[in-house]
Amino acid sequence: MNDHKLQVEAIQDGSVIDHIPAQQGIKILKFFKLAQANEKITVGLNLHKKNGQRKDLIKVENTFISDEQANQLALFAPDATINQIKNFTVVNKFKVQLPDAFVGVLACPNSNCISHNEPVETQFYVNNRRDLKLKCHYCEKSFDRSFFNELD
Amino acid sequence: MNNPLYQQNIISIADLTRSDLELILQTANSLKKTPQPDLLKNKVIASCFFEASTRTRLSFETAVQRLGGSVIGFDSGGNTSLAQKGETLADSVKVISSYADAFFMRHPQEGAARLASEFTDIPVINGGDGANQHPTQTLLDLFTIYETQGTLDNLNIAFVGDLKYGRTVHSLAQALSQFNCKLFFIAPDALAMPDYILEELNDKSIGYSVHSSIEEVIDSLDILYMTRVQKERFDETEYQHIKSAFLLNASMLSGVRDNLKVLHPLPRIDEIDKDVDDTPYAYYFEQAQNGVYARQALLALLLTNHFQAEG
Repeated sequence: MNDHKLQVEAIQDGSVIDHIPAQQGIKILKFFKLAQANEKITVGLNLHKKNGQRKDLIKVENTFISDEQANQLALFAPDATINQIKNFTVVNKFKVQLPDAFVGVLACPNSNCISHNEPVETQFYVNNRRDLKLKCHYCEKSFDRSFFNELD
Repeated sequence: MNNPLYQQNIISIADLTRSDLELILQTANSLKKTPQPDLLKNKVIASCFFEASTRTRLSFETAVQRLGGSVIGFDSGGNTSLAQKGETLADSVKVISSYADAFFMRHPQEGAARLASEFTDIPVINGGDGANQHPTQTLLDLFTIYETQGTLDNLNIAFVGDLKYGRTVHSLAQALSQFNCKLFFIAPDALAMPDYILEELNDKSIGYSVHSSIEEVIDSLDILYMTRVQKERFDETEYQHIKSAFLLNASMLSGVRDNLKVLHPLPRIDEIDKDVDDTPYAYYFEQAQNGVYARQALLALLLTNHFQAEG
């Protein structure tokens, strides 16, 4: 490979999350607490795509993204792909998939929803996959993804 | 025959199938014709109003007593130690439901009844959760339509007034989407039916149309469901200008169908003139009375597996 074209350093074992929309990479790092582990992480922000757009990319060593994490990734990067790397070789590659529901991940945008005050996990059903609208299990209101904040 | 609602919760009208709705209406009809004063003998029902609502509470507690059950509870959350000591709703429900056979509740926050149902094994009935759902109101509305028309299919039903903020009209429109009715929406532009309800109707291929005055459609209606246009949502001049299109008086009823019934969730202010009360079309006070039968039907079905509706 031509060195001056290498945008982000290769890893020996671990996961590469690719096709993350620009601006979402940092959010993903924070949400999955990737930086809190001691593994080496390489992050590319605002990388050039062939179509002229920008993307983010995350490489994390010795860490394999679980199915549940892959589903949750869809909240930030619905078109992301995950490459599992062993000994510098891609041994598995898959696209994230929107699950039917998100449990304990997001806060309800409705400030009068009972889920804010009570000992329960929030739960939202995906009721529009194309535009990503989520409906609260408790207050039954639907909101665009952009209205949601992630829980700490 | 097992009844599919036995020991179930009544949280949201969307949880009920068409056959569930029909079972509830048939049961309400039966209990109206043939009272069952001992059906809930020895049953204790919790009636917990974390937010005050006189009409719903009296109607529900009457329903319990007409079936021979007894009621424990409170009529406003502010007076209870629950609110004053900061107990979670989840804990309150666990404690209160250990005393009772069913839990009827109103709460100012959306989702409260769904949450309560996750912390108890006894049936929870939602008596209104914030701006979200009020399924027992919808059931009494459906029962009144069914009682007066003999069917819930192929009816022309108009909704008038505040269709934007009115929880009652949203739930009733959603419930009617399980039947084959044509809906007419008559509201000021600022209070029009929300898009998400219209999308649900589109998804279910329910025919509806939007009109600017009652008189455009009144002669073709089976049910005219009036609601109040709240004065405080408009400035005075604007209100005076628009309100006449959304008021009903007896002279407007001269050419209507014989079977037309005028409904209203009450309280009314001036949207239905008093002169309508004496016409054969006024049915809003009977509708309020039907709240007792609809709530009796729910209690009978949730708490007894053996009750058979008659005819």
